[in-house]
Amino acid sequence: MGASEAVTDPSSLYQMDYMANDFDSDTAVVHTVRNALASVQTGESDSYDELVGVMHVNRFSDSDAVAQLASVLKALSGSVACIDIIHHRKILSAIFGMKLWDQREAVMDALVGLIISLAATSGKYLDSCLNMLVSNFLPPPFVIKGHSEPRIINTKREVLSRVHAALLKISVLVPLAPSRLLPMLAHKMPKIQKKDQSVVIYVENLLKLENSSIGQVSGSMILMMVMERLRDLDLEIGWDDIPQDDPSRGMFDMELEDPAEGTMDEGDELPVGSLKEDTSGENIVSELLDKLMVTAFDHLESCQNAGRLDQVFENLFVSFENYILNTYKSKFTQFLMFHACSLDPENCGVKFASKLMDIFLSSNKPRTTRMSAVAYLASYLARGKFLPVSIVASMLKRLVDECADYCRTCNDDIRPEAHQIFYSGCQAIMYVLCFRMRSILDVPHFRSQLIPLESILMHKLNPLMVCLPSIVAELLRQAKAGGLFIISDSFIFDDLLESELSRAFGGCERLDTFFPFDPILLKMSNSAISPNFNYWAMVRATYEEDEDDDDDAEIIVNGDEDSDEENDGDIDYAMNKMSITPKHSFKNNMERDRLMKMPSRIRPSTSPESL
Amino acid sequence: MEGLKLSDAELMVYIHPSKSRNVRKAICRELSSLLFQYDETFDGVLLAYDLTVGSKQAKILAGLTPYFGVRVNTKLLLFNPKPNSLVEGKILKVSLESIHVVVLGFSAAVITDVDIREEFKYRMKDGEECFVSRSDKDHVLKVGTMLRLQVQSFDEEVMHIAGSLIPANTGCVKWLEKKNDEEALHMDRDRKRRKL
Repeated sequence: MGASEAVTDPSSLYQMDYMANDFDSDTAVVHTVRNALASVQTGESDSYDELVGVMHVNRFSDSDAVAQLASVLKALSGSVACIDIIHHRKILSAIFGMKLWDQREAVMDALVGLIISLAATSGKYLDSCLNMLVSNFLPPPFVIKGHSEPRIINTKREVLSRVHAALLKISVLVPLAPSRLLPMLAHKMPKIQKKDQSVVIYVENLLKLENSSIGQVSGSMILMMVMERLRDLDLEIGWDDIPQDDPSRGMFDMELEDPAEGTMDEGDELPVGSLKEDTSGENIVSELLDKLMVTAFDHLESCQNAGRLDQVFENLFVSFENYILNTYKSKFTQFLMFHACSLDPENCGVKFASKLMDIFLSSNKPRTTRMSAVAYLASYLARGKFLPVSIVASMLKRLVDECADYCRTCNDDIRPEAHQIFYSGCQAIMYVLCFRMRSILDVPHFRSQLIPLESILMHKLNPLMVCLPSIVAELLRQAKAGGLFIISDSFIFDDLLESELSRAFGGCERLDTFFPFDPILLKMSNSAISPNFNYWAMVRATYEEDEDDDDDAEIIVNGDEDSDEENDGDIDYAMNKMSITPKHSFKNNMERDRLMKMPSRIRPSTSPESL
Repeated sequence: MEGLKLSDAELMVYIHPSKSRNVRKAICRELSSLLFQYDETFDGVLLAYDLTVGSKQAKILAGLTPYFGVRVNTKLLLFNPKPNSLVEGKILKVSLESIHVVVLGFSAAVITDVDIREEFKYRMKDGEECFVSRSDKDHVLKVGTMLRLQVQSFDEEVMHIAGSLIPANTGCVKWLEKKNDEEALHMDRDRKRRKL
């Protein structure tokens, strides 16, 4: 058709006017561009060179030049069939080297149109086109510097919406494009050494892709990429960067419940809840991780709103199993799972618990995987405020039955190294009971399901001797008050957080002291997690008396406080939810902040080094 | 539709010992990893397979990991559109410069304006882009139409077909079949008339 005529038409190749105002002149520009492209093969490259020269215009050039560029790009997308990968290498490299960030809107549209045409017209250009689009996920330095300015936010939206739309169009026209895209996404991901806003923007884009139709095909891989980066950053943050508490305190001690420390002076050294507020490298890492976690939380929420969280959760769990479950000392990344579960407790929440239980019970999995799984399960059942008692009780029943079966078949004495799985199961039961005993004992049916527990604890394997003394002590205290069972042996656990035996069953990975869902110490992430989080301070142990009246009183006290309720809405909410002692009144914001940082006080349970 | 073929293949599939619990599943997993990829040995893109395991015996490879080889008889459905063969696909996009088609749901095909025969004229009908035949206005190519096209080349790496609508036996599949039926009917009538 038209192209062959145009190519052979020896019309003027010089003094080109690419400005087009209507359809006819559009067609004329297409003809001129086709002629210029054809001229290369005849050795006349002046018009072609001029065409290449037009490509170097950017947003700072004058408006005529910009309009000319847009017009040429449009004409090029109508002449894609005339572009030859060898003869027109110069113009192709100029096109693929262009950045949407450097262009005005009209040029952006024309460029994106050209890229789509190139990608869909020949397989040869597909990879280069995808690469060019993905490279626009990485913003130039001026965007990173001023990422919170409204003008930059606007530019960011303009560019990225076009990139995503283009990727979607290409994936419709070339159904196998997503499979080519994935390795590029992994390759273009900023390196781990890069710790600036560009990583956050890149991850935002990855998650946006996951939310699109491309995510239907390659969503699991995208989530894995994100999860892997979160984990890598997580591992860069050492426990040393988190302030140490007094190691002599047990994991169930709370400063807010301690009348002696009821009123702390403002000058006291604060048990800071977040990571050290210095400018060290680790702090940059923790801030970055915090931002990425919040981005991922937002993504999960958008999935929930779109009704696809269930599907995403499956992929998320696969990533969790591959990257997190067996990671030694993962501290924060696992909260993605926690947050997903809190968004849909009935579905995802139950699924997470059952999947962890299945891993724990599957005999063909490695020992450490099974022990980690049960540590996650215990911590999850204890901390997930959104989980109904019935779910917790049914999971406990499965654990109790499994341990009871083990006891029936085992006739061994205390040998922590030989029965690690069993002891980790027992410790999980005890840990969950420390948090949930009161609510479970309130329902006779659930109480009856725990009957085999006494025989487990009385068995020759003697889990009470082996498991963490602090947990055992708390369990026995609550069991005694709640009348769960009668244990004749008396144990002395004073000031013992762990024992030789617990250390032995935990192995070198110290899985005996691994409680992965202990309070998250990242500021922004914590505000998303805390409404659904069961803090130890909120737990109503069996030995505590009803303090409903006091709680009411506390709420009134808070209500009397002068202050900016709007700003501190979350804080008030979190505090009101705690059954903390009413002796505290928040004298000022600083005091209030300090109280919010309380969770670090029970952190020792998770950190092997701190012990 | 051309370019599809069934092949019988006798394959040796090597399975990792950890997968020995369910050998059939392991074989399926190995073969599935070849799906929608061009394989020179098969001379085509594997679209589907059916397998039977001939013998329960397997050959154990010597080495650090004792993989074991299972002999499998397979029937493979392969796609390899040769130049000048006719394939069919659904139109996804029509523009003045090109028609974009997806063949068998995975292979992208494009016909650029130079490969669209003169008979077709680009039109905008009710806001919808289409190509209409000058000789029969019922012969319309628009988004959603099943199109028969001639293969010019097939890029095996990205499964991209460069197509052509130059030959007269290409165009809307429905229209072409209707035309064939009418011609057959016509020839039938002629024959009957001659007999009479």
